[in-house]
Amino acid sequence: MFIARSLSSIGDYCMFLWRSFTVPDKWREFFKRYLNEIYKLGIDSIPLIIIVSLFIGALCTILIKLNINNPLLPRYAVGLTTREIILLEFSSSILCLILSGKIGSNIASEIGTMRVTEQIDALDIMGVNSANFLVLPKVLGLITILPFLVVICMATSLFGGYIICVFTGVIDVDTYIYGIQTMFIEWYVWFALIKSLFFAFIISTISAYFGYTVEGGSVEVGKASTNAVVLSNIMILVTDVILTKLLLV
Amino acid sequence: MIEVKNIEKSFEEEGGRRQVLFGISAKFYDGKTNLIIGQSGSGKTVLVKNIVGLFKPDCGQILYDGRDITVMDRKQMKELRKEIGMLFQGSALFDSETVMGNAMFPLVMFSDMSEAEQRERAQFCIDRVNLTGSEHKYPSELSGGMQKRAAIARAIALNPRYLFCDEPNSGLDPKTSIVIDELLHDITHEFGITTIINTHDMNSVLGIGENIVFINKGHVGWIGNKDEIYNVDNDDLNNFVYATDLFRDVRKYRLVHGYQRTHSGDAK
Repeated sequence: MFIARSLSSIGDYCMFLWRSFTVPDKWREFFKRYLNEIYKLGIDSIPLIIIVSLFIGALCTILIKLNINNPLLPRYAVGLTTREIILLEFSSSILCLILSGKIGSNIASEIGTMRVTEQIDALDIMGVNSANFLVLPKVLGLITILPFLVVICMATSLFGGYIICVFTGVIDVDTYIYGIQTMFIEWYVWFALIKSLFFAFIISTISAYFGYTVEGGSVEVGKASTNAVVLSNIMILVTDVILTKLLLV
Repeated sequence: MIEVKNIEKSFEEEGGRRQVLFGISAKFYDGKTNLIIGQSGSGKTVLVKNIVGLFKPDCGQILYDGRDITVMDRKQMKELRKEIGMLFQGSALFDSETVMGNAMFPLVMFSDMSEAEQRERAQFCIDRVNLTGSEHKYPSELSGGMQKRAAIARAIALNPRYLFCDEPNSGLDPKTSIVIDELLHDITHEFGITTIINTHDMNSVLGIGENIVFINKGHVGWIGNKDEIYNVDNDDLNNFVYATDLFRDVRKYRLVHGYQRTHSGDAK
């Protein structure tokens, strides 16, 4: 029963994507909505990203210093390890887990509310492809902006480590800067950016699907929003493992 | 004219299929306010959703001036939808758009008009529903009646041939309900639209019911008009129409004195 229901949901999800990824009715209207989504989903998230990244960068630096306090290890290892953690995992995967809470619930509740208040039915009756009209700008908008958010996250996290060195002297500032520069592998940045494209697709499409298929009222919209975030997070982690194996190992 | 022929509809539920509509046949005429009435759960909303194409009937035909929508492909259906306007129970206005934005929406999506022409047409529709001055307000800033009127403005923006209204008076006070009824009646006659109104508001039935289809437990229980409904030998219909003392008194009075209700709601 569970397997049958899961397969049915996957089929529905694929049909939903099929309807969403069609040519827009009006390109001008599509671009207007696309830019709006970039602003709403991406630019509006920058303050949250800066706050979280600053603190995580600082915490990483402190905790790594505490845990590799060994005279056999070079002091610059603190900066180097902080950088690797941030580039490989935090700036893409952990950031997207955080953003799925903000953006995913936003998308699911917005589309879900439109469903229960018959706004989607109104679009369908007018002859507008509602899935395409509502979902495509969000998916493409998030795919466009998320890599930039990842870059902001990388820079801010490393800056957070720098600030903690300046104000608390956990390690010498010059040593930290040397550490974050040494043995730099450019591919790790590309790896994070590639992952972010997949995560953007996962967050936007799963959340939109849950919102679009809501039946009932405000309670169901809330449940759909929660389910969207939970499933997005699980899929982000699964995809993270697969991509890491494919791209790094 | 819209004609439905032998429509049946059932839904998959736990424990089997549940049939909601049983061989519904009815005609809805041009330039008339056609009402579908019936108790809650009788199947009238399912019938309307079948007629507008939101549901696909299990069998039967739905003919829009001879064009059967049950056999139309997606492209043909999309073309037909440009001729349809719909007023939803909860208005279904787009929250992120103003009244002007809502009225312009169908024009933006489906017309080749310039922006100035779109604005002019939308303004005409807004003026027609007496919402002049509220163009820049958002739906959350409007009263229930104003939201309904804004939704009517959006529904008529593309000059539709067919207008569907799902419970247009729900949540409105009696006076505002009469205003909405009048507006729908006037627009129907003015533009020669085939209007189908799904309602259980008896004021609407007795006020603007030029062609009434009574749905009872998924079957057509009765077809007639507001003048004939006073003297029908149909227990199901009478139980529905004269459920309150007020309407039982109205019926008695009308049968004795020939009571008439003018379109503006005044009695004479």
